[in-house]
Amino acid sequence: MLDDVTTAPRPEFVYAELSVADPGNVSRRLTIRERILDNATARRAMVVLALALAWELYARYVGIDLLFPTFSETIAALWTAIVHGPLLARLGISLEVLLMGYAAGVLLAGMLTALAISTRIGGDILSAATAMLTPLPAIALLPLAMLWFGLGMKSIVFIITHSVLWPVAVNTYSGFQSVSETQKMAGRNVGLRGLRYVTQLLIPAAFPSILAGLRIGWAFAWRTLIAAEMVFGVASRSGGLGWFILQSKNELETATVFAGLLVILLMGLLIDGLVFRTIERRTIQRWGMQR
Amino acid sequence: MPPANINDKFLSVEGVTLQYRADDRLVTATRDVSFGVQPRDRFVLLGPSGSGKSSLLKAMGGFINPVFGRIRLENRVIDGPGPDRMMVFQEFDQLLPWKTVVENVMFPMTVGRRFTRAQARARALELIDTVRLTQFRDAFPHTLSGGMKQRVAIARALAPQPAVLLMDEPFAALDALTRQKMQAELIALWERDPFTLVFVTHSIEEALIVGSRILVLSPHPGQVKAELNAHEFGFDDQGTSAFVAQARRIHDLLFASDGGPHAG
Repeated sequence: MLDDVTTAPRPEFVYAELSVADPGNVSRRLTIRERILDNATARRAMVVLALALAWELYARYVGIDLLFPTFSETIAALWTAIVHGPLLARLGISLEVLLMGYAAGVLLAGMLTALAISTRIGGDILSAATAMLTPLPAIALLPLAMLWFGLGMKSIVFIITHSVLWPVAVNTYSGFQSVSETQKMAGRNVGLRGLRYVTQLLIPAAFPSILAGLRIGWAFAWRTLIAAEMVFGVASRSGGLGWFILQSKNELETATVFAGLLVILLMGLLIDGLVFRTIERRTIQRWGMQR
Repeated sequence: MPPANINDKFLSVEGVTLQYRADDRLVTATRDVSFGVQPRDRFVLLGPSGSGKSSLLKAMGGFINPVFGRIRLENRVIDGPGPDRMMVFQEFDQLLPWKTVVENVMFPMTVGRRFTRAQARARALELIDTVRLTQFRDAFPHTLSGGMKQRVAIARALAPQPAVLLMDEPFAALDALTRQKMQAELIALWERDPFTLVFVTHSIEEALIVGSRILVLSPHPGQVKAELNAHEFGFDDQGTSAFVAQARRIHDLLFASDGGPHAG
């Protein structure tokens, strides 16, 4: 038992100098292997490579080109479509429409959120509108859009705007609302008011949510675009990527259909990796708002 | 009885009643509180939780409007936040994470247009040297320790040369050793270039070390219990008999009303 032990007082001691005069290497540089494994891009590339390999092997095992072409056939079809075919032109048309709709959606979302934070009724309008309209698939608005704007670019831009507006607005608004009270007071304390308060305090403070909203909005825009182009089909004078895929299917060029789908995937990877990840790294990760 | 010459004070709180809404109730934080702060005071608001000391400070900052009474600074009634009354909060996230240390300190100077950018930067660097963060001036706040963040916040608050510095339990979230160091540094900063300070705390020792004058508040609702001198006590007086006696006196003032530990 601890209580029974009568402990003799222990001697005290104080070191005049620390025993380890030279602490040695307290930090070292990471090895190349450690750095590669730490790199998200490198890890993602490995995942993509593994998937491509699995695809190739399975397609060879199935062996029916018309239904399931191999990865190498798809790459060959992609090359042909880029060099000899209309793929790049189709992609250009898609991107143009996409950017127009995206920009309009983000702009409207910004205006709506500004209204929502500055007035109470604005907040009510935004809450009610997002609750009703977020679940409404953009493609469901296409018939109406065709009626209003005719068969053309305008209709697609309209429904892309719809699909971008609500997720971006709702994320931005909830980001503004979750800015810490202390930070808001710090901003008002130094005399920030009105628009400067929004641009110099609220937007950077809510940037993690805003960026998440922009990302979701971008994904929604892509989906809506391809779907709309497939519905429009022949009616559109200058079809985009969706039209390209549909047309290839009609010509039973299955490998080219796959190539078109692959372009959509690659664009997703590219925009996410180049644009959004770069923004993320230079802002919220650098600021310690996200690890 | 509030002093008769209260209107002559540099910063005067005159019969201030503060209320706030909590869920479905209207809570009175302070009732009819009056006191005056003179230039270069280190004025401490001391009281237990519920004594409305933080609410009073926020009212001085212009974030809460009194239901009754008024607060005047240099004979102007305070009606909103402004950089003449810079605040230092307890929370570490008062620094803006997207700005570096030097940008954070420049922030109040660039928003108000009293300083050019170059002037603001020069002054910010000088203040960062004063709070001994020279090598961290280009670091982002998330890489700093709690004590360093509070030092940046103090430098930022002093940057636009405010009429009064309002500190709301600025060291309460720090560990005990860092807190002592910060108290000593704050006094050293004041001695180098005296400013007017209003400091909220619930620690009697901190009040005696930091303050030159202590307003003791009683809770539910906050009312003035006493106004005492503390100018003779500094960081090195802790443990002296006069310090301990004054601490005990405040302790008894705070606990006398509710039959606390030393009431009987």
